[in-house]
Amino acid sequence: MNKGTLGKTFESGEVIVRQGEEGQAMYVIQEGQVEVINERDTQEVRLAVLNQGDFFGEVPFFERRGQAGTVRATVRALEPVRVLTVDKKTLLRRLHEDASLSYRILQTMARRIQEMEAEVTRLIVGD
Amino acid sequence: MSLGRGSRTLGSEFAEQRSDAPSSLQLEDGARVAVIGGGPAGSFFSYFLLDMAERMGTEIGVDVYDPRIFSRPGPASCNHCGGIISESLVQILATDGINLPTKVVQRGIDAYVLHTDRASTRIETPLREKRIAAVHRGGGPRGIKEVKWDSFDGFLQNLAVEKGAQLVQARVEGIEWEEGRPQVAPKGGIAQVYDLVVGAVGVNTNSLKLFEGLGFGYQPPETTKTYICEFPLGQKMVQKYVGNAMHVFLFDLPRLEFAALIPKGDYLTVCLMGEDIDKELVDKFLDAPEVKKCLPPGWQTPETLCHCAPRINISGADQPFKDRVVMIGDCGVTKLYKDGIGAAYRTAKAAATTAVFEGVSSEDFKRHYWPVCKAIGTDNVIGKGIFAVTRQIQKRGFASRAVLHMAADEQRQEGDQRRMSTVLWDTFTGSAPYRDVLRRMLHPAFAGCFLKNLIASIGNSRKTPEGHIDPLELLKQQ
Repeated sequence: MNKGTLGKTFESGEVIVRQGEEGQAMYVIQEGQVEVINERDTQEVRLAVLNQGDFFGEVPFFERRGQAGTVRATVRALEPVRVLTVDKKTLLRRLHEDASLSYRILQTMARRIQEMEAEVTRLIVGD
Repeated sequence: MSLGRGSRTLGSEFAEQRSDAPSSLQLEDGARVAVIGGGPAGSFFSYFLLDMAERMGTEIGVDVYDPRIFSRPGPASCNHCGGIISESLVQILATDGINLPTKVVQRGIDAYVLHTDRASTRIETPLREKRIAAVHRGGGPRGIKEVKWDSFDGFLQNLAVEKGAQLVQARVEGIEWEEGRPQVAPKGGIAQVYDLVVGAVGVNTNSLKLFEGLGFGYQPPETTKTYICEFPLGQKMVQKYVGNAMHVFLFDLPRLEFAALIPKGDYLTVCLMGEDIDKELVDKFLDAPEVKKCLPPGWQTPETLCHCAPRINISGADQPFKDRVVMIGDCGVTKLYKDGIGAAYRTAKAAATTAVFEGVSSEDFKRHYWPVCKAIGTDNVIGKGIFAVTRQIQKRGFASRAVLHMAADEQRQEGDQRRMSTVLWDTFTGSAPYRDVLRRMLHPAFAGCFLKNLIASIGNSRKTPEGHIDPLELLKQQ
């Protein structure tokens, strides 16, 4: 890895987070592209493709207390990818200190909900 | 209202006055804001203010006054700093959608080597991931032959400009009150009236007098002198002798709190912090055998060297705000010794949030901006205590041996109970609040293990702890 790069690199096809793991970090894509896959039995369903600047892994942070926050989908590199790990503790602390930091996370979650609603509608009604 | 000059009483003058009435001074559509200083604090403020105003659907004009061109090399375009972006700030910026480009990050740091007079030990980052960025604040040191990397301050300034800030490349010669609003007079330009003026000038400038002269009681922070220089080793030598680790030195030298060697691209930045660092102290430090091991054999400090002796804030400013004026970054409150850019981010964002969502009256800043300053100030009090403990450890060989031995032992083990390593990492990288460091130091497991190592060290004739490795050997293993 270039000496001036931050974060961790993953090769194409490498799993970054696996469905069912305990979610301890959020990841921000610095370079490259990843796919988000839901695994059920032996089937894989691609939910999304994420690019530079996107983040993933944050949903378990907002699980109800008493329930372990688990990663809901596997994220795999589609090409050589570099991600920056954001610690759960660092993020949650800052979110409590600075509410405006949550705006970007909420904005992304809102966009994902909209995309999912559009996809559900398409599946029910057809194209 | 003070966090400085030994005063810690905030008292009843800061008792919260409950009021749901809207602020008497709000930034309406068409409001104008002047930001004096285009470094990180000024750029963060401008960026976040414009971003938040856009969300609110409010048009605010922001003028950023700074005569410097950060892309140029040399001291005139530099903000005189070691150039470390802390691990926590890198993460929070990424969460805020600000990812540091590879052209700005000269080197990712993933370890540090702690040196005392007697021995050294290497501490790896817990995640084995590079999350500390080493940057040049300006275009590079004086005499640089080729500008290969972009300026960090320039990168942030461009973000603010892309958001809509107007850059005014002029020095501000005067700030006065004009019918209750601040009027800013740039050199060679026309004076303009604003709804808010933001002081983001740092502490190494005469511009502080402009704000003192506004008559709202502002007194700049207390400062101390540091020393920074840039050794032109070249990329290969930096990699060979220092690698991707920051080297921190805790020597028993009077007036020297600590020193660091920070690897960049082609340069090695040397930083000394303490009490009024002078040439004699710098020479003593550079002559130390532990320092010489980090440099190529026979290295001689060049005659013409890019160096500076900037002052740093060691105690918060008095009265950092009033109606339509707020001081942010180093000229207000900053973290003691470490992560100044992180503190600039926090104070800038708090001031911007207050200005957009609450108002720009003294009361608004007192209720919504001051708590952030106060939190940093309170944390600094704990930091002073921690560095006082560090000084005592530096003076006592058995204590510094115990620290190194405990850290070296931890580094050899798997698992995440690396208590001393984490304490040292957080203290010297500035990645965590000082109160977190203190909490860890007071943990019974930490105290017990440290005591065990102290007892083993006292009267032990062992000169170096197990696990001591010559730093050059460490690099050969990378």
